[in-house]
Order: sequence, then C-alpha cells, then structure tokens
Amino acid sequence: MIQLVSFYVFASIVIASAAMVIFARNPVHSVLWLIVAFFNAAGLMVLIGAEFIAMLLVIVYVGAVAVLFLFVVMMLDIDFAELRAGFIKNVPLGLLLAIVLVAELVLGIGAYQAGAVKLGTAAVGVASISATVPNIEAVGALLYSKYVFLFETAGLILLVAMVGAIVLTHRRSHGTRGQSISSQVQRRPQDATRNVNQPSGQGVEL
Amino acid sequence: MTSFFQNLGMNYEAAWFTATIAGILLIALPLMLAVALIIYAERKLWAAFALRRGPNVVGPFGILQSFADGLKVFLQETIIPSASNRGLFLIAPIITFTVALMAWAVIPFADGVVLSNINVGLLYILAISSLGVYGVVIAGWASNSKYPFYSAMRAAAQMISYEVSIGFILICVVLWAGTFNVGGIIEGQRSHVFGFINAYALNPLLFPIAVMFLISSMAETARAPFDLTEAESELVAGYQTEYSSMAFALFWLGEYANVLLMCALNAILFWGGYLPPVDWAPLYVVPGIIWFFAKILLMFFIFAWVKATVPRYRYDQLMRLGWKVFLPISLFWVFLVSGYLMFTGHFA
Repeated sequence: MIQLVSFYVFASIVIASAAMVIFARNPVHSVLWLIVAFFNAAGLMVLIGAEFIAMLLVIVYVGAVAVLFLFVVMMLDIDFAELRAGFIKNVPLGLLLAIVLVAELVLGIGAYQAGAVKLGTAAVGVASISATVPNIEAVGALLYSKYVFLFETAGLILLVAMVGAIVLTHRRSHGTRGQSISSQVQRRPQDATRNVNQPSGQGVEL
Repeated sequence: MTSFFQNLGMNYEAAWFTATIAGILLIALPLMLAVALIIYAERKLWAAFALRRGPNVVGPFGILQSFADGLKVFLQETIIPSASNRGLFLIAPIITFTVALMAWAVIPFADGVVLSNINVGLLYILAISSLGVYGVVIAGWASNSKYPFYSAMRAAAQMISYEVSIGFILICVVLWAGTFNVGGIIEGQRSHVFGFINAYALNPLLFPIAVMFLISSMAETARAPFDLTEAESELVAGYQTEYSSMAFALFWLGEYANVLLMCALNAILFWGGYLPPVDWAPLYVVPGIIWFFAKILLMFFIFAWVKATVPRYRYDQLMRLGWKVFLPISLFWVFLVSGYLMFTGHFA
C-alpha cells in the first residue's frame, strides 16, 4: 500500500517536473525542475531496492552536475524575446527529433513485449548474487571481477577527457603575480624587522 | 517502535507509518531546541574568548536569549524585494532548513537507536549534504541583487570543492570499517586502537585524515575561517542580505543544524559515536546517547574556538587549500590506507 502510493507519487512528480523542464520560460526554473526530476527518480530507484544507484544519482547528478548547470545558467544573460524568435525556424528539426524519439520508444516497448533480450550469459566463476547481499557489495563484486577491464577503461577515458579539458582551457597568463605560500610561511620576524636601541634625539639609519 | 504501535492494535503498515512520523518528530523537535541552545552556548563561548559577558539578560544567565530572538524574528515583517523572484526567494530558506534536518535520519544516537538503518547510510549523508548548496544558490539568484549573487557563486564553488576531498576521506574510513552503514562504522571502532580505544582518530594512519575532515567540515558548512559566503567586509551579509524575519531565521536555524550534523559526523566517523572513549566495562554504564552528545559538544566547542580565534581565509587561499592540498593528500591517503589493509590482510 505504502509502496504503491509512493511509487505513484514519485512517478507522477518525475513526469510532471520533466514536462516543466520544457515548459518553464526561465532557464533557471528549467534546471530546478530538472533537479526535482532527478531527485524523484532517485526515489523510484530506492523503491525497487537499488539504493546504491539512487544515492549515486543524487550525489553525482543533483549534487554536482546540476549545480554546475545552475552555475552556468544563472550567469547567462538571456534575452527571452530573442529565444522565442527562433521558434518557428527550429520547429521542423524539433518535430523530426520528437518523431524519432517516439518511434524508438514504440519500437523498444514493442520489442520488449515480444520477449526479454538475452545479452551475454552469467559469468563463469562469478557466483550468482543473492537478494540478501547489500547491492553496493553486489555491484562491487561484479564490477571488479567480470567487468574490471571495462571499468578501468571507463576510468581511463575520463582521465583523458579531464586532461584534454585542462590542456584546451589552461592559459598561462603573463604579468600576473602568484603567491608563494612556502616562502611566506618560512618568513620570520627577523627577516623583515630589527630591534634598535636608539638614543633619543637621533634619527634611525635604515 | 513499529512493534509498539502494532501492540496498540494497528496493522503493520499503519504502525510503521505512525512510528516513522513519531521518529521524525522525536528527532526534529529536540534538534530545534538543541539549535536554540547551541546558539546561546556559542555566543557565550565567543564572549568568553573576547572577555565579554555575552547574552545575560533574558532568563537566568541569559539562557532564553535564543527564544527571545526567535520570537522577535517571528513578529517581524517579511520583506520580499519587488525585483526578486518571489517563489524561489521563499523556497530557498525552506530548502536549507529541510535539508539540514533530513540527514539526521541515519544518525544512530545509541546502539540501534536510529530512524532509518540503511546500508548506504554514509552515502545518504553525502548525498543530502550535497543538496545543502541549493538553498544558498537559489537564495542568491532569486534575490536579484549583486552581493547575494556573488555569495551564491562562492558557495557553489566552495562546497563542491570540499565535497571532493570529503568523499576521499570517507572512503578511507569505509575501507577500514568495511561498510557504508553508519552503525557498522561505529561498531568497527570498538577497541580499535591498541585493543582498548574506541576511536579511528587515534589510529596513526587515520589521524591526519581526521584532522582534514574536521577542517573540511568547517569549509563545507561555510563556518569561519571559511565563511566567505557571508564575508561582511566584502559582501554585506552574503546570500542573506535581502532576507528578513522568518525566512532569515530559517537560514540561521538550518546553518546551525548543519554545523551540529557535521559535529555529529566527526564524532561518528572518527571518535566512536555512541561508544565510550575506551573499551572499559564501567564506562558502558553511562548511556550511549550521553557519550554521543558529549562528543558532539566537544566538536562544537572546537568549531566555536576556531571561529573565535582564526581570521578569515582569502578566497584564492580557500580554493588552493581545497584543490592543491586536501585533494592530493586525501587521494594519496586512499592509496595508503587501502595498501596497508591489503598488505596486512584486513580483507582476508
């Protein structure tokens, strides 16, 4: 009963907020609706018992990706009239995309109705995972045994992407002065000041 | 608690529902009271550090000062700037406040006394604390004012930066405990060091990251010396500039609930949570909740001490500390800890 009610609550909020992402006039509102959609999708994941995926969804998408989205969108100075002016021009392209997406959805559901797809078989040597194992352990056991090379390849691709992004955007600026933390920390009072026992009536030699 | 309501004649689902609601109220209401008192305690501490008296007028020793302040803001007029984004402007403090309460769901107050004992408790805390930034960012943007906006940008960058190293620090602890369950992490600390000390922090390998976690948690809650989001000399009052009355109070309460949460996390991850400091039978006579609160208060004292004595960081120094110091060290420490555990056959 509670599961059913919460499923419908989460599912309807996901769909409604996903629709609001498109219909919201203000791009900042769109991003915020997207965050609501992510968050409720995580709720759905918890309902099917995939709590690890749910937490990852919140940490990665809501906590990091969407914050950066919001960061960028908030700083843009967007002219809404100009945005709407391009509507007629882009309608054919948009319609085409929508038709392709609907066709894929229909195809996917139709194919699924014909029977589940068998992709690969259970790994040799990997024991089937029982329902009592926490799914963080289940994911780890699979990821670091059967799929370890794919997993490491994914890591390598991300590393290359990160290095690439840094190489493309990093510019060594000339003429700016940086801070040398170590020399500042090592600086002692003796380096900059001295005590003088000065007789009165005479100036100080600097 | 579910079985208690079942004994009253409810069926399981109704009993579970009532028990959960009761549990939430049992955590949230005392937490609000604790926040009010902790604000008073902190003001008294700062006063002591500065050789002042602090609040001493309302009630005995001024202990009702926070409640008087609460009543004051409650009676004030809520001012909403006409150029602001009205809906988001009002939602922002509610987000901050709610998120600050949500993470307490997985905190065990004593052995088995926890609202929701989930397998991924620590990930849940990380997920919820990463939501905290939205309240600040939305407030800064919806105010439609320059200083709050600068503050929101700073907050977003600051919290994301320190979450990265906090993530690595948590991985070290999780490696040692072998579980993401918060209660499991506390139980893993039972007689951990030299066979009798119940704390990860006194493990020589984990002590440096315990210190790093304390500093990172100050940065994560935007407390001094990292309170650049509300640096009054640069940004007026930061993201709260346009806020007044209850909306402002919600920010305030949420901020302190977050600080208490971070103190609790420090106590749980590195100082043994509800366990007594050493594994000695007579100490177990004292209930676990007392030890837990004592540890939270000790952590809070350190937070207040730092705020009263350390000057504010400059923004580029803050970023340098996060990305160039904490991130490499914590990454190295993940290798070190996992290497040590593999070498000594911890996982065998």
